[in-house]
Amino acid sequence: MEYQYQLEHQIRDSIPNSPLETTEVSSTNPNEIVMIVKPQAIRELARLLKAQKGYRWLMDICGVHYPEREKSLEVVYHFFNRDQNRRIRVKVPHKEGEKIPSLVSVYKAANWFEREAFDMFGIIFEGHPNLTRILCHHEFVGHPLRKDYHPRANQTLSKPIEYEFEKSSDSDDEDILLNQKNYLNLGPSHPATHGTFRWFVELEGETIVRSRAEIGYLHRCFEKMAETHKYNQVIPYTDRLNYLSAPMNNDGYCRTVEKLLGVEIPARGRYIRVILNELSRIIDHLVCIGTTSVDMGALSTFWYCFSEREETYTLFEKLCGNRMLTSVTRVGGIAGDIDEDWMASCRARVKSMRNTIDEIDALLSNNKIWLSRMKDTGVISREDAIDFGFTGPCLRATGEDMDLRKQEPYYFYDTFDFEVPTMTGGDNYSRYMIRILEMRQSCRIIEQALSKLPSGPTQIDDPKIVLPPKKEIYSNIEALMNHFMLIIDGVKPPAGDVYSYTEAANGELGFYLVSDGSGKPYRLKVRPPCFPIYSAFEDMIQGGMVADAVATLGQLNVIAGELDR
Amino acid sequence: MKTLTPLDNLPYFTTKIQDFINWSRKHSLWPLPFGTACCGIEYMAVVGAHYDVSRFGAEVVRFSPRQADLLIVAGTITEKMAPVLRRVYEQMPDPKWVISMGVCASSGGFYRAYHTVQGIESVIPVDVYVPGCPPTPESVIGAIIKLQEKITKGDTPQQRLLQRRKLAAKTSAKEFETDDIYSEDRSEASNVAELKRV
Repeated sequence: MEYQYQLEHQIRDSIPNSPLETTEVSSTNPNEIVMIVKPQAIRELARLLKAQKGYRWLMDICGVHYPEREKSLEVVYHFFNRDQNRRIRVKVPHKEGEKIPSLVSVYKAANWFEREAFDMFGIIFEGHPNLTRILCHHEFVGHPLRKDYHPRANQTLSKPIEYEFEKSSDSDDEDILLNQKNYLNLGPSHPATHGTFRWFVELEGETIVRSRAEIGYLHRCFEKMAETHKYNQVIPYTDRLNYLSAPMNNDGYCRTVEKLLGVEIPARGRYIRVILNELSRIIDHLVCIGTTSVDMGALSTFWYCFSEREETYTLFEKLCGNRMLTSVTRVGGIAGDIDEDWMASCRARVKSMRNTIDEIDALLSNNKIWLSRMKDTGVISREDAIDFGFTGPCLRATGEDMDLRKQEPYYFYDTFDFEVPTMTGGDNYSRYMIRILEMRQSCRIIEQALSKLPSGPTQIDDPKIVLPPKKEIYSNIEALMNHFMLIIDGVKPPAGDVYSYTEAANGELGFYLVSDGSGKPYRLKVRPPCFPIYSAFEDMIQGGMVADAVATLGQLNVIAGELDR
Repeated sequence: MKTLTPLDNLPYFTTKIQDFINWSRKHSLWPLPFGTACCGIEYMAVVGAHYDVSRFGAEVVRFSPRQADLLIVAGTITEKMAPVLRRVYEQMPDPKWVISMGVCASSGGFYRAYHTVQGIESVIPVDVYVPGCPPTPESVIGAIIKLQEKITKGDTPQQRLLQRRKLAAKTSAKEFETDDIYSEDRSEASNVAELKRV
């Protein structure tokens, strides 16, 4: 409360024309302050928060559309202060066509987030260097996340966008051989771009002078789909965000809805979620290392990683029936339960994982080729990383030991004995080492969670949130009715909004959920950890070789499903 | 395989040249994995040590369309990606085959949405569809076996096209000259654009 008044005073004193409309503490998070701010003051406010109040991270920018309101559009900013563990959510409601000052000059992270808000809602940011479409294709008309855009209104593209850099003035046309710059397009279908990324680079010899990354080739409209489905029906869509570690996305989403509902799931459910999360973290890191090593030419590491992953899939299949995209959590708990047999195979799995991690470590960490490819390539400094909104292993590779599991322990992470490894290089090798070290810590967490696992239910006991057991449905009229109502109406959280975050394999996976009290989300924005990380890619590869850029892309572990949604 | 059975106690066997060509083609499929999403990861598992697609002669993964004859579309194809897919397909030499892996590629899956192509058959022709989200590696291998059966019979549009071209060369008949048997107009094939902005 005191902090809130102090902040309010400081803002009123330093920014003219009373920018604040309201300030309140968030109902779902005591460390979060929600402000409504006038559009023209947002840039000064961001400067103040960053320079004087220690809000070094701009976590997310998103739009919300309220067609029935006079100020029909709203921009929502999420700021994060790591040292005091505080968050500020700033809302800027405005009329259509009104211009919002861009934050690109304050936070580098704002660049792509603002482009996305422009693409999805048509919000115009004044002073943005390149306010163009980012996810939808360039021939797209309209703004798809507005409420009056029909979810199925497809627009076909006639031909891919073509790039051209404006010629730099110092190019000497006479001596073509000496000063000729080469232009190279990589992707979107290129093995080194892992499927769906595309970059266009200007080369001088083999050195990258300028580059431009194009994303959106896997924009499959997650957020629009979430608005047209009930809360529980959204869970399978979340699987396909970061498809390398699906249970973590399920968990992050369900936790968001639970937070808005104001419920906490039973201890056993939380422990199982921890086990699943850590297993997925390991297999996610394994794919990252495996695919990077394929790009570097070390094919055998790929086989090591994938056979380990395959066994973990079997474990998931045993639990829920699907290998990869598990959809295993529910709002209010876990679907199903684990038994002694599963726990025994999980223990064996962890044991064999430790061996594989050691083997990979022995194969790569001191390998001469690996070292020369990874050391001092794709370097980013700590300040830049924070400015770009890095979280997760890529941030910890620059020396900042921020991990949400320690920062703001959820579930039982404060009771487990584990460390947060950091490296200081900020290069590809540091990122690789962080992943190796982190996998070992995850093994420790799984072992502890398995030994501490309490007995009891895995789901909360509330017929308005969780389906009754199958046996009850067929024998009890009340259970049948509850089942019917929950399927037809869905879970109904109270009206309001919530921002919830978990430490996913790539960093902070945030969900910003706006509910209007009905059975479907009014707006669900995902803050994918890859998105701000990949926005730094253009800067990181500048001055390096094309081959370094390939290694950098591999070690940033950008997942298209999460990046483009 | 009736055509390639050696006769008893004889050091040779007889067959038709076309059957022999089909037989060799089906055992040397060179796939181009057009992996865009989750199915791409599952395709890696198909190539990986456990399922090992090399048992079926389809492990020489090529990322250049010029060197591949089997296009495996693994993952969601968005409107932004569709022209790229079409171009990659056109760059592949004849004869070529397409496996549509997973429901997203086959029908758009549960992404009934504004930026997702509702099935790649509106962009390129498909020989085998694999259901599943993602399909299990077993069913992908099943699809490869299915395709091999079709190739043995010479029963794919591509092989029929080659036959027709040959026939056209022999008879110099004008009506066989058309190359583009896939010239479906995309806007007619999936006229979803009419739903634009309700």
